[in-house]
Amino acid sequence: MSTIRFSKDHEYIRVEGDVGTVGITDYAQGQLGDVVFVDLPAVGKTVAAGGEAAVVESVKAASEVYAPVAGTVVAVNDALSANPGAVNESAMGDGWFLKLKIADRTELDGLMTEAQYAEYLKSIS
Amino acid sequence: MMNQQGRPTAAGAAAAAAHPTFTGNKALQQTEALLFEVGRAGTTGVDLPPVPKGATRLGGLARKGAIGLVGLSEPETMRHYVRLSQKNFGIDTGLFPLGSCTMKHNPRLNEKMARLPGFGDLHPLQPQSTVQGAIGLMEMLGHWLMTLTGMPAVALSPKAGAHGELAGMMAIKAAIAARGETATRTVVLVPESAHGTNPATAALIGFSVKAVPADADGNVHVDEVKKLLGPDVAAIMLTNPNTCGLFERQIVEIAAAMHAAGAYFYCDGANFNAIVGKARPGDLGIDAMHINLHKTFSTPHGGGGPGSGPVVLSDRLAAFAPVPFIRRDGETLALVEHTEGTGALGRMAAFHGQMGMFVRAMAYMLSHGADGLRQASEDAVLNANYIKAGLADLMSQPFGDKPCMHEALFDDEWLKGTGVTTLDFAKAMIDEGYHPMTMYFPLVVHGAMLIEPTESESKASLDLFIMALRDLAMAAKAGNTERFTGAPYHAPVRRMDETRAARTPVLKWSPPRAVAAE
Amino acid sequence: MRYLPLSQSDREAMLARIGVSSVDALFADIPADKQLKNLVDLPLAKSEMEVERTLGALAARNVPASSVPFFVGAGAYKHHVPATVDHLIQRSEFLTSYTPYQPEIAQGTLQYLFEFQTQVAALTGMDVANASMYDGSTGTAEAVLMAHRVTKRKKAVLSGGLHPHYADVVRTVSAMAGDEVITLPADLAGGEDLLAAVDSTVSCVVVQTPDVFGNLRDISALADKCKASGALLVAVFTEAVSLGLVESPGAMGADIVVGEGQSIGNGLNFGGPYVGLFATRQQYVRQMPGRLCGETVDANGQRGFVLTLSTREQHIRREKATSNICTNSGLCSLAFTIHMSLLGEKGLTHLAALNHAGAVALADALAAVPGVKVVTQAFFNEFTIRLPKPAAEVAELLSEKGILGGVPASRLLPNAGLGDCLIVCSTEVNTDADRAAFAAALKEVLA
Repeated sequence: MSTIRFSKDHEYIRVEGDVGTVGITDYAQGQLGDVVFVDLPAVGKTVAAGGEAAVVESVKAASEVYAPVAGTVVAVNDALSANPGAVNESAMGDGWFLKLKIADRTELDGLMTEAQYAEYLKSIS
Repeated sequence: MMNQQGRPTAAGAAAAAAHPTFTGNKALQQTEALLFEVGRAGTTGVDLPPVPKGATRLGGLARKGAIGLVGLSEPETMRHYVRLSQKNFGIDTGLFPLGSCTMKHNPRLNEKMARLPGFGDLHPLQPQSTVQGAIGLMEMLGHWLMTLTGMPAVALSPKAGAHGELAGMMAIKAAIAARGETATRTVVLVPESAHGTNPATAALIGFSVKAVPADADGNVHVDEVKKLLGPDVAAIMLTNPNTCGLFERQIVEIAAAMHAAGAYFYCDGANFNAIVGKARPGDLGIDAMHINLHKTFSTPHGGGGPGSGPVVLSDRLAAFAPVPFIRRDGETLALVEHTEGTGALGRMAAFHGQMGMFVRAMAYMLSHGADGLRQASEDAVLNANYIKAGLADLMSQPFGDKPCMHEALFDDEWLKGTGVTTLDFAKAMIDEGYHPMTMYFPLVVHGAMLIEPTESESKASLDLFIMALRDLAMAAKAGNTERFTGAPYHAPVRRMDETRAARTPVLKWSPPRAVAAE
Repeated sequence: MRYLPLSQSDREAMLARIGVSSVDALFADIPADKQLKNLVDLPLAKSEMEVERTLGALAARNVPASSVPFFVGAGAYKHHVPATVDHLIQRSEFLTSYTPYQPEIAQGTLQYLFEFQTQVAALTGMDVANASMYDGSTGTAEAVLMAHRVTKRKKAVLSGGLHPHYADVVRTVSAMAGDEVITLPADLAGGEDLLAAVDSTVSCVVVQTPDVFGNLRDISALADKCKASGALLVAVFTEAVSLGLVESPGAMGADIVVGEGQSIGNGLNFGGPYVGLFATRQQYVRQMPGRLCGETVDANGQRGFVLTLSTREQHIRREKATSNICTNSGLCSLAFTIHMSLLGEKGLTHLAALNHAGAVALADALAAVPGVKVVTQAFFNEFTIRLPKPAAEVAELLSEKGILGGVPASRLLPNAGLGDCLIVCSTEVNTDADRAAFAAALKEVLA
């Protein structure tokens, strides 16, 4: 059974066991425009909560992707180098960025639920 | 749809489309393939005397394979590049209202003077006794720049505006080092409205950047600066007039606050055209300011360069100016090229700076003189306010309807719900025969449109521009989205697939067989 | 005021439309005590004629290269530029256009940039080139910064044959950025041991060939050592014509090639504007500084060109940009492209051979002057001679005799013990008579 949480910077983390799949939300990909390149971290890298995990580039912008919680990178989505457009087409699915082995599960409590994120989007648009 | 002369245009366009041509050319608008598709390896358009026979002395390092270049005869070369030129819009074509770029007329006298053999045909390292007139011109330019800015020192060598910024910030870093405060003063304050080169420059030389918010007026308030001021702050980088086209009203107080805190004030001089002869940045308390000769002083933009970015310096920073600088000894001028025995921060570039642009700028400054330069600034500001007055009832302004300086700023609030974006609006301007204004800058304004006409526009030109923009604005509000979302229709090409260019970069021509093999 | 179209009645009508009584109302945000009441203390407006007189007088006090036998090089080179080049770059649509941010009305600029990038990649033997830098020296500093980004190391090693101005620029930027630079001693004969300086703490080795003294260097062994140590080899050139005759740095294994393009299409101009050439391997393309022009299609499927990979640049990444660069060298890169199109493969190789032959002839002529020793063994169009008198003094005496005979090494390196060395260059503009005159004058000066 998986749970999903969201950060204010429009990252999501889909948690299964102690591994979380991290990506940017559908809202974020819409804001960015066509994604042209994703700069992914090395497998094995440790990241702090809120630390820079990846960089996503569109034609007109480049954005840091921050780790929603602290952890160690256990996998990255290599398919994105040949097909960065997957981030636009399926941000919540095939357009995932990396998988994190979560260091401290309690950090998830500081993130938004799906309902809270939906409210948050209404408030900023 | 009727054009200005009352003659229908739609029928004409449709008629043209109904008669396609064999070549793909459209009368004067000619297609032109790549050099590497029309040129030939064995062709050359240059005649050279025969190579005398004799042994070479290349140490076994002669080239082994072909280079992979092609050539054209002189007539073919002329046609190739003339045809390319016809696909470009220039200041000489029409109004080029790019905010913060100051696309003013490029006088041809500048070109004639720069090409005098006594300037253009000088080597930077020939004996200094043989180039006294050239150093004299540099001295003259320096004098004019210092007088116009009210600053006591100038470094002429930076090759472009961003390079001048780098020199100015390096001088500040050198001054901080001389006080032994390198480890503590590590932060530079930069407004969110600043041009991207500002934080990039600060970061390049090891500073961290802290953003200063603008107030609802579009200005930086001294209280906001004071909140961020501490012993860790090295400098603030402010553009004045700022990127919203407004004079920073509290600039004197901000400079005083910076100095009181032991920090420095870098001024981005990109918008100097608004105040030349009207105010001197030195009187406002700045420590360094770069000047874009290719903006304020009419040297040509040349499709992206070359620029020239001399930087004026205050007494606090003069000692750290990079080499080379000019030393006068009676009648003799010398370029000091080495840092020993000076406090110079180092060297910004090989040789002495963009001499070709110095001559051009000097021709322009001499032509205008003190009275002309002041009049030019007044006309630049007048023209921008005239445009603003003509559009204020249709297009929304982020900071309210108040006087601007040399550029007028609009946001995209007025386009809400029309289905037309700032980008679409800009592309439709192309069809009307204008280069778009600066878009989406400054970043602090949503869908920003920054219009800078410069002093080079006649009233008739401004009147037509205002009418055209009014027509566009009303069409957008009336829901005529197709005019915008598919624009431009009349340019040599339609909108580019920039996503494809970035996802699969093709950055040079390759022979067809090599492409197929991949 | 011929550049200002507005008449007094225009101004009045416009002020009325704006709703203010005088233009001073538009400057009200400037603090009153800082507004200039009077004109600044500078001369008043001049007619075109008067400007020509003023500037002409300054120009007349200089000795143009074409007016005397001329052998000065060391980083900038006197070549013949065909009349076509200067004519074309003065076309309004090239001269007065802007950076091609609106590609629909800038395909002229974008297409020639694409051609330029192709030419530079071919010349340097590399995969990809950018749309030019300010010049060779700042390009070299950018190459060092790029090597630091790629290797995540912060130590650069500079050859003792690198142009001293280029080395000064690298050291200036590095000192400010807190990066380390090791500069080897001035390497007159080109025999320094650069391999010994390479280890796993080094991010890049910067070596120039032909170097500032004229030495041609084989950098293949150095390339292997760099690769083995995880460092990048940055190859620098100041004389672009050399690439018409000499093996390319790319073929010798360089990772980044950077140099000065002034020799092609651009005059001496007392040091600027020039044009930096920058090329690298495909794998490093996203770490390249400067602008890049790429091929794509428009909405009708027609081929076109556009600036791309812009997210590296300052206007988007801001403090995380690959550099702070805003301009490239625009018109100078166009001049390069046009001249290179006129030359073509055949013309460039011919031009290069002509340069080398003239330099060999000059070396022989000068070696025959008593007391003169040619130090450089393998060279392209530039070499160094040792004199029995201080070279700076000799250069001044030659100048009085109407010969501009080269650059004293001490002008570039005042404390390297090279006071008796003169760097001499011979290009296609030099005739046999020039070379004979030089040798004769030198003989007189040294007698």
